[in-house]
Amino acid sequence: MKRDPTVPILMGVVIFLVAVGAFLPQWALSFLTVVLNLGIVVLGMALMMRTGLVSFGQGLYYCLGAYAAGGLDHFYALSDLLLMAVAGALLAGLVASLLGLLLAKYRDIFFAMLSLAFSMILYGLLVKTSALGSTDGFGLSIKTFASVTIGTHSVRYVIYASAVVLAGASAAAMHAYYRSHLGRLAEAIRDNELRVEYMGASVRRVIHLNYVISAALAGIGGALMAGAIGHVDPETTANWTTSGEFVFIAILSGTGNVLAPFLGAGVFEAVRTFALERFPNTWQMTLGITMLLVIMFLPGGLWSMFRLRRRGA
Amino acid sequence: MATILEARNLHKSFGAVAAAADINVRIEQDSVVGLIGSNGAGKTTFINMVTGYLTPSSGQILYEGRDITGMQPRAVTQLGICRSFQIPQLFNTLSVHENLRIGVGIAARSPRTQDVSSGNFGEHAKAEQLLDRFNLGGYRTQAAGLLPEGVRKLLDIAMAVAGGPRVLLLDEPTSGVSAEEKFRLMDMVMGALQVEGVTVLFVEHDMDIVARYTHRILAFYEGRIIADGDPDVVLKHTEVRRYVIGEQVHVAHTETAHAAR
Amino acid sequence: MSQLPAVVIDGILYASWMFIIAVGLTLIYGVMKILNVAHGSLYALGAYTAATFAGYWLGHGYPAFGSYGVLLIAALVVGLIAGPVIERGLLRFMYGREEIVLVLVTYALFLILEDFTKLLFGVDPILVGAPYALLGNLEMGSLIYPVYSLVLVVVSILVGVALALVLSGTRHGKMLRAVIHDREMSMAVGINVSRVYLVTFTAGAMLAALGGAITAPTTSVQPGIGAEVIVLAFAIVVVGGLGSLGGAALGALIVGLVRSAAVHYQPEVELFSVYVVMALVLIVRPKGLFAAPEARKI
Repeated sequence: MKRDPTVPILMGVVIFLVAVGAFLPQWALSFLTVVLNLGIVVLGMALMMRTGLVSFGQGLYYCLGAYAAGGLDHFYALSDLLLMAVAGALLAGLVASLLGLLLAKYRDIFFAMLSLAFSMILYGLLVKTSALGSTDGFGLSIKTFASVTIGTHSVRYVIYASAVVLAGASAAAMHAYYRSHLGRLAEAIRDNELRVEYMGASVRRVIHLNYVISAALAGIGGALMAGAIGHVDPETTANWTTSGEFVFIAILSGTGNVLAPFLGAGVFEAVRTFALERFPNTWQMTLGITMLLVIMFLPGGLWSMFRLRRRGA
Repeated sequence: MATILEARNLHKSFGAVAAAADINVRIEQDSVVGLIGSNGAGKTTFINMVTGYLTPSSGQILYEGRDITGMQPRAVTQLGICRSFQIPQLFNTLSVHENLRIGVGIAARSPRTQDVSSGNFGEHAKAEQLLDRFNLGGYRTQAAGLLPEGVRKLLDIAMAVAGGPRVLLLDEPTSGVSAEEKFRLMDMVMGALQVEGVTVLFVEHDMDIVARYTHRILAFYEGRIIADGDPDVVLKHTEVRRYVIGEQVHVAHTETAHAAR
Repeated sequence: MSQLPAVVIDGILYASWMFIIAVGLTLIYGVMKILNVAHGSLYALGAYTAATFAGYWLGHGYPAFGSYGVLLIAALVVGLIAGPVIERGLLRFMYGREEIVLVLVTYALFLILEDFTKLLFGVDPILVGAPYALLGNLEMGSLIYPVYSLVLVVVSILVGVALALVLSGTRHGKMLRAVIHDREMSMAVGINVSRVYLVTFTAGAMLAALGGAITAPTTSVQPGIGAEVIVLAFAIVVVGGLGSLGGAALGALIVGLVRSAAVHYQPEVELFSVYVVMALVLIVRPKGLFAAPEARKI
């Protein structure tokens, strides 16, 4: 059996990033933090896509994660980043366990549309809830990590380093999952649900499980992003355009490897930042054209450009 | 011999069409039964009902004495009834090895086989075994969707066997396979099963195959079983010859064969 | 409840407007199995073009009643240009890919067209209210309605009836229905499926543009109107059953009435009432209200 280099690469990257972060300028730390947080969300999208389903409503869980983080600070003065990440994962996971009961029965466009509907329901709810700031949302700040107080000068770095570590941990966890029996079932379901049922496994249960995992990941990403930005609002979290961005990055990345979503998020953020600065009125067009090119010429996403592992045993 | 599978007064209609009517049959353990009949006669409907894909309009299906009528395919499979399909149902983007690995993995976790101890390595070994038994080693790393049709059929059957069945239902195992290959395929399948002690039912259109491998034949016509018994007897049965085999062709073939001697 | 007539009428007004947009969307899906996210952009292009043309027309002192014709022409122009360009220039190369891939393609197209519209028409809002105000208001008891909106209802009914007649009565309509049922079989009997796709998409584009064109006088045409509309159109089409004309009508009516009721009785829920309805319908009828039956797979 060929050695799979993913985990060593992962560990190396995490250590490198944490170390080098102490010397990076502010803008680089912010950029990388955003990329890592997005990557965690897309890691979840990739899991669903491996299972054959594209969710157009992942923003729902991203938003829940963000508001969980915001709520902890705003209402309970619990400004701990790790706690926020955990809360985000739990809240998102809980809601997903409920909604998943329903959604696991749908496929293709109907799954996409129904997931979209639920995210828009949350969006609508938040916009009309003045206690949560309606369309303006509200701000939050980070004061501690795992109860350890963060010095005001180190906040940016701690937010960044937390993102690195949590991203690395999520990626490693997903990698292990894909190598387990349950993880392997995802692609089997995507390819042929009938066969899976006829071998004796429950398609619905696996889809439900994967849905909850992907929601939890989105929740973590949302919480971390809220901490990084210092603000939450419905528009940038629950609106369908945000979910659309996650879909876009997922397509761009491909599902080939757990490192792919981070690569895709990096390219996406780089292009977006560049395009927003230079061509503010055409960055959506740039995104659209890029997506078309990827769909047409690289259906496996950017990752298919490097095939580190051959298909097979 | 014990009855392992039984159908009692099975009926299935779709509106005005009776896809199956008055099906009464007892299948004995370890027997090999052929299901013959022209297209639309009810053979696949029968298999679909037994495996839970279709719910009978009325009647019962009993497995090892237990009523399994209307059970979901997943539950039926977990009890030990596995099937292959007319159109192979495979995981097309995954390799042959991965297909079998997943099949074995699912079977290992079914309530019937308390085999979870085998873990990752045990499953890998079992998949390898199946690859060998069905002569699929050469295709190990190829994506199932890109295989030649005959190999896909073989893999489909291997998947069914991976489930460790007590009853194996094969839907047209040799259709789409070239004439020369048919016997080799059936030899391989039957050989692979010899080891296990499995009851086999298979749908087949090729009478030579049916004659050679079965202990018993069920002939279907318009949803009913019109003949049931020894291959020699059934294949000479008037109605079977008229509605299934095709009398003219069969007679001409025998005459030419006689003339050649 | 004295508000009931108002709720119903408002609902119907809203529904008629949405129907024109939704029917094009469902038609495209029914024939080509493509959920056209860019439908919203075509709506926006129709609105912008209509507003610009009408503004030009009225600004040069031409007879005000002619502006209605101008609106219609704008819709036709947008449909006849955008339709074939998109279908022949992009979609044609994607046929045969999975449905969800095509949704992503039209989503990418939507992103492109959003900016394209901004480039073409600028980012400032365009207000051409004259055609709307021209027809005055109708008083029904204590309720006052712009005649324009009522005319809209008539227009949408005409569109629905015309489409129904074309689909059931004409040869082209029958070919369309054949393709909806089975693309391969249609090809086998000699139907030029390529041409059917082109015609369908163009017709759908025209309908989207028409929706935008007739809405233009009632509102401020600005960036983002396409995005607002498309999610609502999805909800309607999914509720009604993808590919069903009657479904689009019923879906539009349901959505219109629900939204109207929300606006009148419980404004806080207006935004998501539609999605709740969509979720409820899908729970009860997983494929929408009028969905095509499915054949056996094994």
